[in-house]
Amino acid sequence: MALAAGMFAVAPWMIDAAPYEATMGLVYKIYFFHMPSAWMFLTAAIVAGVASFRLLFLKRPRADHWVTAAAELAVVFGAFTLVTGPLWARKAWGVWWVWDARLTSSLMLFMIFVAYLLLRKYGGPGSDKLGAGLALFGMANVPFIYVSVNYWRTFHPPTSVVPTLPVAMGIPLWYCVTAFTLLFVILLRLRARLEHQRARVEALYLAEDEA
Amino acid sequence: MNAFARIVWFVVKKDLTVEVRSLEILSTTMFFAVTVVLMFSFGLVVDGRPLNDVAAAILWVAIAFSGTLALGRTFERERHNDTLRALLLAPADRPALYVGKLLGILLLLGLVELVLVPLIGLLFNAPVIEQAVPLLLLVGAGTLGFAAVGTLFAAMLVRARSRDVLLPIMLYPMTVPVMIAGVRGTAALFQPTPDAAVAQFWLSLLAAFDVVFVILALWTFEPVMTD
Repeated sequence: MALAAGMFAVAPWMIDAAPYEATMGLVYKIYFFHMPSAWMFLTAAIVAGVASFRLLFLKRPRADHWVTAAAELAVVFGAFTLVTGPLWARKAWGVWWVWDARLTSSLMLFMIFVAYLLLRKYGGPGSDKLGAGLALFGMANVPFIYVSVNYWRTFHPPTSVVPTLPVAMGIPLWYCVTAFTLLFVILLRLRARLEHQRARVEALYLAEDEA
Repeated sequence: MNAFARIVWFVVKKDLTVEVRSLEILSTTMFFAVTVVLMFSFGLVVDGRPLNDVAAAILWVAIAFSGTLALGRTFERERHNDTLRALLLAPADRPALYVGKLLGILLLLGLVELVLVPLIGLLFNAPVIEQAVPLLLLVGAGTLGFAAVGTLFAAMLVRARSRDVLLPIMLYPMTVPVMIAGVRGTAALFQPTPDAAVAQFWLSLLAAFDVVFVILALWTFEPVMTD
């Protein structure tokens, strides 16, 4: 826990420091945040899917806490990705949004996790398994969305070319990826811990009532 | 007939018997689908002429909307008097119950589409008769994919609160590939010179979607429906 707290204290500093090492124009700096958060978004989705599998098929009730934690992080990092993306695209492509395969599948994945949170909040008792089903289906759905949008888009190719990444940007970028991964792992662990403890408190209350 | 098929048949027969006696879901869903088509037509027909590909889009939006309604109503009926619990308590394979419910929904939506597709052909001058076979395959595969995911979600949501709004929230993002494939494939068929190759591609994507999600649903139905 002390280590986690220490890492948590360092992570914001790393994220803060990293972009200033770049010598690129101001607009491109957002990419240092955009790409790592997009990766963490996908990682969170995969963690949620795997934890859902464990909950549903291996009957591990504690896996639910990981699904919740990962789903919340997927929404946080997904929102961050979807906000920083258009900001960059406006300058690079001249439009806020294109119906590109990646953009659309990210948006749909984001929607699925928002649906998950809504379900958990308003679904009432038993929504943990429902949510796990949703997360599992969501993960299986990503390749389909990608293929369909990819093919659909080939009829209407984007008007500009996606700039390729220069090598000079590599070091700060990887620095940021590390920082984001650290942040993601810490947040995931803290959130899952909170859920574990919440479940324990609930079990204690129940025991108290019965006594 | 083996045990699995017999249970499937019992579930379908039960649903059909209930539906035939009242025709409640079929008649309301069908009328709802027609209303959706008209609503979208008022929005998307400009100067008496529809925008490009609008017929295909309206067809699939109407299928998705009326499908959601039919799913919700079907499982609402099961919730009433707790008959779904009775079904789950029966000494039957859970996947067989799922397949039974799925077939019931498919039959219902098939009947609705039997009205919907000719209506689209009539209102938008779409070649529904000339392209009958590929259109049938596309609509069939799309409906199967939509209903396969929808039946599982609707069954899961029976015991949840605010299930009416949660069903579309969960179902629509999940069935985006069905919508894209359905609309694009149908639009390819409705062009002045139908593009069979494009329709074929979308049909195969739909078939892959169907296979993956029917298997996944059969697999998931048991754990999610167990308390």
